[in-house]
Amino acid sequence: MAEYFRDIGRGVVTTFHSMWITWRHLFTPSVTLQYPTEKMDLPERARARLFNKIEDCIGCGQCVRACPTDCIHIETEKRAKDEPEIFASDGTPIKLRTYVFDIDMTLCCYCSLCTFPCPTHCLVMTKEYEYAVYDKKDHIYHFAVDKPHYAKPAKEHQAPKA
Amino acid sequence: MESIRQLLEMIPDYRRLPEIIRSLLPMLVSSIILLALVAVLAMFLIWLERKISAHMQDRLGPMYVGGWHGWAQSIADALKLLLKEDIIPAAADPLLFKMAPAIVFVGAFSAFVVLPFGAASIVSDLNIGILYLIAVASLGVVGIIMAGWASNNKYALYGGMRGAAQIVSYEIPAAIAIMTVIIMVGSLSMQDIVNAQKGGIHRWFIFRNPFTFLGFFVYFTCSLAEVNRTPFDIPEAESELVAGYHTEYSGMRFAFFFLAEYANMFVVAGIATTLFLGGWTQVLPAQWVPRQLVPGPVIFTLKALLLVFVQMWLRWSLPRLRVDQLMYVCWKVMLPVALVLVLGVGFLSVYWKG
Repeated sequence: MAEYFRDIGRGVVTTFHSMWITWRHLFTPSVTLQYPTEKMDLPERARARLFNKIEDCIGCGQCVRACPTDCIHIETEKRAKDEPEIFASDGTPIKLRTYVFDIDMTLCCYCSLCTFPCPTHCLVMTKEYEYAVYDKKDHIYHFAVDKPHYAKPAKEHQAPKA
Repeated sequence: MESIRQLLEMIPDYRRLPEIIRSLLPMLVSSIILLALVAVLAMFLIWLERKISAHMQDRLGPMYVGGWHGWAQSIADALKLLLKEDIIPAAADPLLFKMAPAIVFVGAFSAFVVLPFGAASIVSDLNIGILYLIAVASLGVVGIIMAGWASNNKYALYGGMRGAAQIVSYEIPAAIAIMTVIIMVGSLSMQDIVNAQKGGIHRWFIFRNPFTFLGFFVYFTCSLAEVNRTPFDIPEAESELVAGYHTEYSGMRFAFFFLAEYANMFVVAGIATTLFLGGWTQVLPAQWVPRQLVPGPVIFTLKALLLVFVQMWLRWSLPRLRVDQLMYVCWKVMLPVALVLVLGVGFLSVYWKG
C-alpha cells in the first residue's frame, strides 16, 4: 500500500520535474542555423571544391599521380623552342602547354593529396561547397584554356594510370 | 444561436420566408461559423504545436512560409494535403474506410455545439450539455476503430484497438471527475456551470475546495488520454505502429484526422476550462472589477489555449507509457482517486454548503 502511494507521488514529482526541464529549454536560444540565409563559418583548413590556377600550372602531372581516385586528367604537349618563354608566378618556367586539365569532382574524395606535391601551388582546395548541378557532366571542371598546337596522338601524353 | 437568429431577423423581408427556412437558417449559419472556427483553430494549433515543440528542443520550427515565423505553414500544408492523391488500399473496406475520417471529425466538431464561448456565444445551451459532450467524445472511438479495421493493415488495426481500449477506459475516470463539478453545481448545463463560478478566480471550481482541485488534474490527465496525446499516445505510437489507425490514409482524409485531433485537443481544453477554470468569466474578483471588461469569448479562448499549451508542453516532456502502465494508471490510480473525490465533494455539499 505504501509503495502504491509512493509510486503515485514519484509519478507526480517526476512529471513536474520533466516539465521544468522543458520549460527551461523553451527559453534557451535555438541552435538552428537558417541555412541558405545564414551559413556556418568553415574551419580554416576546410576542403571542398578543387581549383587550378591554370596560368601557374606547369603541367608536371604530379597531382595526377598523387590522386587516389584518378579524378584529375591532364594532357600536355611540349612548347616549341621559338615560342616566347613564360613563367609561373613563382618564376618556374613553363615548358609544357597544358591543353586539357579536367577534374571530375564526382570522383574526388577531398583528401587534398594532390595539392601538396604541386610545385607552383596552383592546385588548391577552395571552401566552395555548394556546387550541386542538374547534370552529372557539369561536375567535370575544365580548367585548361589553351588549344593543342600540334596534331599528336593524345594517348602518348596521357598521365600514367595508377 | 439565439443571437444569430436575432441578427438574421434584421435582414429585410426575413419574416416573410417560409417557416422551415427560418428555423433551419440560424442552424446553418451557426454551423458554418463553427466549421470555419474549427478549421482555423486547428490550423493555428498545428502551427503552435510545431513552434512549441521546436523551441522546447532548441530548434526554430517553420520559419519561412508567410514571413513572420512561418505563420502560414499550416495553410500551405493543408493545401498540399488537399491536392494530394487520395489513396484507398486495394484490400481495404472502401465504405468504412471513407466513413471513418468523417465520423472522427463529426465527433470533434459536434462537441463545439455546447462549448460556452461567452454568455451569448453558445450554439445551443443544452440542459444535458456535459452529458452530451461525454457522449459525443466517444463517437470518435467509433471512427478510430473503423479506420483501423477498414485499412486492412496490422499496424492500423493495432492502433485502432489500442485507441478504443484506451479511450473507453479513460472515459470512466474523466466522467467521474466531471461528476465532482456537477455535484457542486447541480446542473448539467454548460452555462449553469459557468454561472456558478462567476465572480473571479477564487470562485473557480479548481480553487473552491481540495476535491475539485484534484478533480481538475484527474480530468486533465484523462482528457489527455482521450485525445491520444503523449504520454498516452499509444494508438498512434509512431515508433511502434507507423502512425496507428491512420497509417493507410493520405490526402484529404488524413487531413480530416489531423484536423479532428487538434479540434479535439481544444474541445477537452474547453471542457476543462468550463468545468474548473470558470469558462468565460473574468479572472479578477468581482469586488475589484464589478463589470466584465474583456469579452467572454476572448477569455474563454485564452484559458482554453493555455490548457492546450500545457498539453503540448506535456507532450514534449514525457515519454510514452507502455500499454499495461496505461491501464494501471487508468484503473488503479485515476479511477480510485476520482471516486474518492466524488465522495469528498458529496460530503462537502451535504454537510458544508461550499
